Amino acid sequence: MDELKHTVRAGLWTSNPALVQVLGLCPLLAITTTAVNGFALGVATTAVLVVTNTVISLVRRTLVPVVRIPLFVLVIASLVTCIDLLTNAFLHELHQVLGLFIPLIVTNCAILAQAETVASRQRVSISAASGLAAGLGFCIVLVALGAMRELAGQGTLLAGTGLLLDAEEDPFRIELPFGGVLAAVLPPGAFFGLAVLLAIRNLLVRDEASAERFPIAQEPAGAAERSS
Amino acid sequence: MDMPNASVVKTLVCVGLVAAGAALLVTGSYEASRERIAANERERLLESLASVLDPKLRERDLEPTHLTVTDRELLGTDDPVDVFVITDANGHPEAVILVPTAPDGYNAPIRLLVGLSPDGVLTGVRVLSHRETPGLGDAIELRKSRWILQFDGKSIDDPPAERWAVEKDGGAFQGLTGATITPRAIVRAVRNALVYFERHRDELYDAAARAAAATTD
Repeated sequence: MDELKHTVRAGLWTSNPALVQVLGLCPLLAITTTAVNGFALGVATTAVLVVTNTVISLVRRTLVPVVRIPLFVLVIASLVTCIDLLTNAFLHELHQVLGLFIPLIVTNCAILAQAETVASRQRVSISAASGLAAGLGFCIVLVALGAMRELAGQGTLLAGTGLLLDAEEDPFRIELPFGGVLAAVLPPGAFFGLAVLLAIRNLLVRDEASAERFPIAQEPAGAAERSS
Repeated sequence: MDMPNASVVKTLVCVGLVAAGAALLVTGSYEASRERIAANERERLLESLASVLDPKLRERDLEPTHLTVTDRELLGTDDPVDVFVITDANGHPEAVILVPTAPDGYNAPIRLLVGLSPDGVLTGVRVLSHRETPGLGDAIELRKSRWILQFDGKSIDDPPAERWAVEKDGGAFQGLTGATITPRAIVRAVRNALVYFERHRDELYDAAARAAAATTD
């Protein structure tokens, strides 16, 4: 039970893929122009993380360690392709909304990091839980960053909810009385927004025990990820 | 001396097995989903035909005559391209809809729906499927922005040929902030579809009349 709790806490907070490991920046920065876009990518990424972690954990003992990384990439790419094809065929409405985001998930190295640090070492239940927690942690950051950039860039919040709910109008759209600054929606705005979120997190953890301040430093395997 | 060799063999077998498994998985889901995906897209195509027609025609029950044509250069794909011809009670053409592809989209080809009046004026253009970047290139979808509506009422001579380009390239069509490739690809594909229509208009009408006659007999 403690192990599960630790896993969930790691995914959401202590080793959050976006805020602590700073992984998956390519989709993270590119997509978060609105909160709804962030949410859609977050949901798709979470689904993929759970599936890839489960499958890699299942086959972890048969993989030869020296070639494990290319094999993870192969497994992840194949599974993402399958998910893309099968949702297009059998969940067509959903694919209309999320389909654009699925190919971008292949570029997310947070998935490879999960495969390497968790799924290849832990049993299936822990790996799946870790995938779910890390995906949710990633999703929360995407929504927060999307909401910030949408507010600052367009002066709206939750624009595009109609697309998710298949409605003509956006039922929860909030309009602010100012138009916004275009820069927030363009790529530089993504970097500034993420910097603000990182700063907020660092402010929050500053008072915590020093052991928790640098959770990654405790795991030797995690050290290499930061550069990826 | 046996040890390294054994591990090389083991590695090769492992890589081979995983690769074969992955290939099987992808092939299997491709085969399992191919027909459903084609059927889904076809259904959506028929539903969306009306959206590119003249508003007067949209309210009628349409029974378009379906043709397929192939022109790699002007319609952007080697595959057969759908053409729908809508005729009035006397068999005179009232509208033509082409389904060309913009082969040079940013991430993948973009499929378009191009509606024309019989004299070659655009009555509407819509994007059927695309893989452009969410938040930038996807503004070509009508549900995300009104960009695609600027083609309404244009024809092959309006604007003149040298102005059939995005403003950035000295043309008459607006671009999209943060996306250069996408609008360029669509403007070129729409223009090519118009050229195709100019060259093959009579053939299309003849083929449609023959196909319509064949179904009523």
